[in-house]
Amino acid sequence: MSAILRLANVSRRFGGLLAVNNVSFALEAGEVVGLIGPNGAGKTTLVNLVTGVHRAGAGEIWYADERIDRLSSDRIARLGIARTFQVVQPFPHMTVLDNVTGGALFAGGVATIRAARDKAMEHLEFTGLAGLAARPAAALTLANRKRLELAKSLATNPRLLLLDEVNAGLNASEIDAALELIRAIAARGITILLIEHVMKVVLKATSRILVLHHGELIADDTPAEVTRDPRVIEAYLGRKFAAQYARVAP
Amino acid sequence: MIRILVAIVAALALLALPAVADNYVLRVVTTMLMYSALAVGWNFIGGFAGYPSFATAAFFGLGAYAGGVLQTKGVPMPAAWLLAGAIVSVFAAALGRAILHLRGHYFAIASLVVAEVLREITNSATDLTGGGMGLNLPVLSADVTTQARLFYYAMLLVAAAALATTAIVAGNRLGFGLRCIQQNEDAAIMLGINTPRYKVAAFTLSAVFPGLCGGIYASWVNYIDPTDVYDVLLSVKPIIMVLLGGVGTVLGAVYGAFLFLLMEELVWRNLLQFHAGLLGIIVVCLVLFLPEGLRGAGWARKLWPWRRQAGEATP
Repeated sequence: MSAILRLANVSRRFGGLLAVNNVSFALEAGEVVGLIGPNGAGKTTLVNLVTGVHRAGAGEIWYADERIDRLSSDRIARLGIARTFQVVQPFPHMTVLDNVTGGALFAGGVATIRAARDKAMEHLEFTGLAGLAARPAAALTLANRKRLELAKSLATNPRLLLLDEVNAGLNASEIDAALELIRAIAARGITILLIEHVMKVVLKATSRILVLHHGELIADDTPAEVTRDPRVIEAYLGRKFAAQYARVAP
Repeated sequence: MIRILVAIVAALALLALPAVADNYVLRVVTTMLMYSALAVGWNFIGGFAGYPSFATAAFFGLGAYAGGVLQTKGVPMPAAWLLAGAIVSVFAAALGRAILHLRGHYFAIASLVVAEVLREITNSATDLTGGGMGLNLPVLSADVTTQARLFYYAMLLVAAAALATTAIVAGNRLGFGLRCIQQNEDAAIMLGINTPRYKVAAFTLSAVFPGLCGGIYASWVNYIDPTDVYDVLLSVKPIIMVLLGGVGTVLGAVYGAFLFLLMEELVWRNLLQFHAGLLGIIVVCLVLFLPEGLRGAGWARKLWPWRRQAGEATP
């Protein structure tokens, strides 16, 4: 079993809403997989289940050979699963360097603050933030805050990275730069689950796409197949437009 | 360099003070040292971790009664103090586990009622504590001046220990993790920080020094009663002192304590009628005009450019 992450029949209910419904899938080590779905499909809930922010109501979540669906978030982070937040979560009054140092010092397993700062500097260079190391995180632009989220996550030395809409709110050139960065991270052998609204990024960066709709996994296939899947088109456009689209499309 | 020099001069002055000062001055400075320890203690949870704790009075009162009761049962005075500190630490660790998952105002309120609960328990446990009648401690046989010096040095030791602990924590993993928690707890968790454990550690550190102070205080004043040692002002004043000196800094709490008590001693005695009113006005002015404390203001940086805030990175 070489799967780095495996979900088996995972469900989560919030009151009357079944946010994640009987979802099963696996990520192989080194893969870059996209997770898409309309607003409210349960994408972020799924990330929260994997990272232990919410408890799964049913089902099992396995990280390599370890069952993680009952572990605390900080423990999961130390095991090697990192995430970025849809809404960026910096330590606003700490320097950019110290933001990243935290990742290296705790989940990253670096023993001393001094060594963690050195390690953090490497990650800042990798993400292109080295010139801003001494600035407070609150002073960064949105694009750079998204980069900071990435640098922080990388500093925790993850094997699996869950990127929750790291490109939301960015302009076209910023997205291209972010895409480069995602590819560079993948080239390091880190498995990536990319939650994304910008289809251009998903199609370019991933080898496989999972589609969530109303909490259910309705597709798990290559980008080419997924974009042709009538159920996916229906989920995004509605039944009526999907039918029209099917007539026009070759 | 100037910093170290100032610290050495201050330390020598404090050590030599009993030789030159009369008992009144000694008493005032002993009180200053006690409040310094309370404020420096509060800084662990309130400053570093950013959890607005109002439990200082609870820790102080529990320490006073633990020390007091132990002494009436025949435990030697210094041992009673240390045991008081230990008992309060264990109490804080357990209490922290119960209430530190609350955030913001909810945590503040939960921590505030602890002193009230302990006061009621102390009031009703008449056999052990003397209840509302208070507790008389064994009287020392030493003369007044010797006693004044003894309690002065005891408080100095606790304040110095609190300060040394702050300096250590400010530079290690615990301090770093607590600052992350203060800035953004959710992000801190995702970096792998075991936030419950870190917060309990900070809460326990914020309890042990008030606990020791309480024990020493009980021996110092010889008689304690629940309204005195569980007084809510024991929770509020240290917070004002830290705000005055600068939140989350190493020495800020000490400056704040000395400044505050100097004001209290010099000005407030002439304003007996308006005592509490002035306290309120100071708090409001602090929050409005100096949210980062005296040393956080721009003019203060110009006056003392060599002072670095504890939260800042070393270059």
